[in-house]
Amino acid sequence: MTGAGYGRMERLFWGAGSAVVVIYALLPVAWIVSLSLKRSADLGDNRFLPDVVSLEHYATVFRDPQFSAALWNSIGIAAISTLAAVLLGAFTAYAIVRLEFPGRRLILAGALAIAMFPPISIIGPLFNTWRTLGLYDTWAGLILPYMTFTLPLAIWTLAAFFREIPWDLDKAARVDGATAFQAFVHVIAPLAAPGVFSAAILVFMFAWNDFLFAASLTSTDHARTVPAAIAFFTGSSRFEQPTGSVAAASVVVTVPVIIVVLLFQRRIVAGLTAGAVKG
Amino acid sequence: MSRRAAAEHRLAWLLCAPAVIAMLVVTAWPMLYAVWLSLFRYDLRFPDQRQFVGLDNYLSVLGSETWWQALFNTLLITVGSVSVELVLGFAFALVMHRALIGRRLVRASLLVPYGIITVVAAMSWRFAFDPTTGFVNALLGLDGAWLAERWSAFFVIIQTEIWKTTPFMALLLLAGLTLVPADLLRAARVDGANALQRFFRVTLPLMRPVIMVALLFRTLDAFRIFDTVFVQTRGAQGTDSVSIVGYNTLITRLNLGLGSAVSVLIFVCVLAIAALYIRGFGIDLSRREDS
Repeated sequence: MTGAGYGRMERLFWGAGSAVVVIYALLPVAWIVSLSLKRSADLGDNRFLPDVVSLEHYATVFRDPQFSAALWNSIGIAAISTLAAVLLGAFTAYAIVRLEFPGRRLILAGALAIAMFPPISIIGPLFNTWRTLGLYDTWAGLILPYMTFTLPLAIWTLAAFFREIPWDLDKAARVDGATAFQAFVHVIAPLAAPGVFSAAILVFMFAWNDFLFAASLTSTDHARTVPAAIAFFTGSSRFEQPTGSVAAASVVVTVPVIIVVLLFQRRIVAGLTAGAVKG
Repeated sequence: MSRRAAAEHRLAWLLCAPAVIAMLVVTAWPMLYAVWLSLFRYDLRFPDQRQFVGLDNYLSVLGSETWWQALFNTLLITVGSVSVELVLGFAFALVMHRALIGRRLVRASLLVPYGIITVVAAMSWRFAFDPTTGFVNALLGLDGAWLAERWSAFFVIIQTEIWKTTPFMALLLLAGLTLVPADLLRAARVDGANALQRFFRVTLPLMRPVIMVALLFRTLDAFRIFDTVFVQTRGAQGTDSVSIVGYNTLITRLNLGLGSAVSVLIFVCVLAIAALYIRGFGIDLSRREDS
């Protein structure tokens, strides 16, 4: 950056700005962590920080078979959706970037239309069809919509990344005596990997985050994912508000997000902006 | 057409086929099915009484106060959150653009709201504003039950949306900011333009395409709001969004006919918003496909 021309005041101003942004972004996360560490008796003390740190809510949550089932469902469903969307998206993006064929624009425009599509509009038909086909309350019943709704994201992001790849290097490697397979594995795949990885993170986040499909197309531990489990969480008794357990469960599923964000922030930002700005 | 070109077309369609088929089967077909269902009286609790009723379902929805109130609520939440997000997102983008120390930290922190599960974010803010568990009342010296009253509930819902989605706006705008040539800004500075003039006369006009795309995506996204409202009020206190009305009719009351009419109307609204942006504000989405 052009740091040389900055005055002291200016630097102070932007530094203070950064601090405000960081606090604003992390405040609700700090709050739910703090809430999850309070003792049940202290949940109503209206204080930001816990008086006494206690892990009782975490113990409750991990003893609850509903939560572990939901966690397993979320991980499995999101992982398979991601794999499927990125694979199909990569095929399509490759064709769009590398091959001349009628319908390229149509596919891109169609994908864009689906990205803007309101999921609530197809909930009824999916609910009805899934019950008939036996897909209601199954992994496949969620994987299909997740894969479809993330395909536009995958196609646009991957196409934007693939456009930047110097594909001719592949030919150069072949001239140097590499087989087509070797050229792909040693030359093209490493160049394409960062883009594929960026797309995969974004797709995973979508599937991990979704609530509408999960709330509408599942009903039991068989396929209910974490967001739906948290939203429909009821305490162990009718008289107990499950605040502490909800907070602990929320923290458990937020920790992986924070780790991914810290490790891969550049990849996420690149993926987010690739489709929308560079395009 | 040469044989080579024909082979290329075949390969291309082979590669695209799985994705295209998935998109058609899981979105286009259910959408048509929704239109079809919306023409029937069809309640899953009384499946035998299924009967063709033409446009009656649409007349019932459009004649109900619930729909219009939900539409008003949804537009209020959309305009309220997107407009604040644009301003706040710009401020955040400028901070990230200018901050010399800790830019990585700022960016990583902003990705937390973006990545966090919406249901979790909504829960956290719900507990924060809750009169028994929350700290907000104690902090502000108030004792209101925020989510038990309509306008304060809207405030909580909208600010949750803003917190969750401003990072998306900020990151897109930051990418746009880096496209503004530094030479141009330096030249404007030399010519005596102050910071505000440089921002409004140079930066903003150059960023117009990025801003419009970010606004379009965020507006359509905000219009679909479901998770936050569901978690924080379940639509009580007159805070229904259109997606909540659709969900309640379809999944809670199992009224597929009426619910499908709501679904189709929501789809029409989304089309209208997209058309407004693309025609009215002249976003050229096709430009993005080349280059």
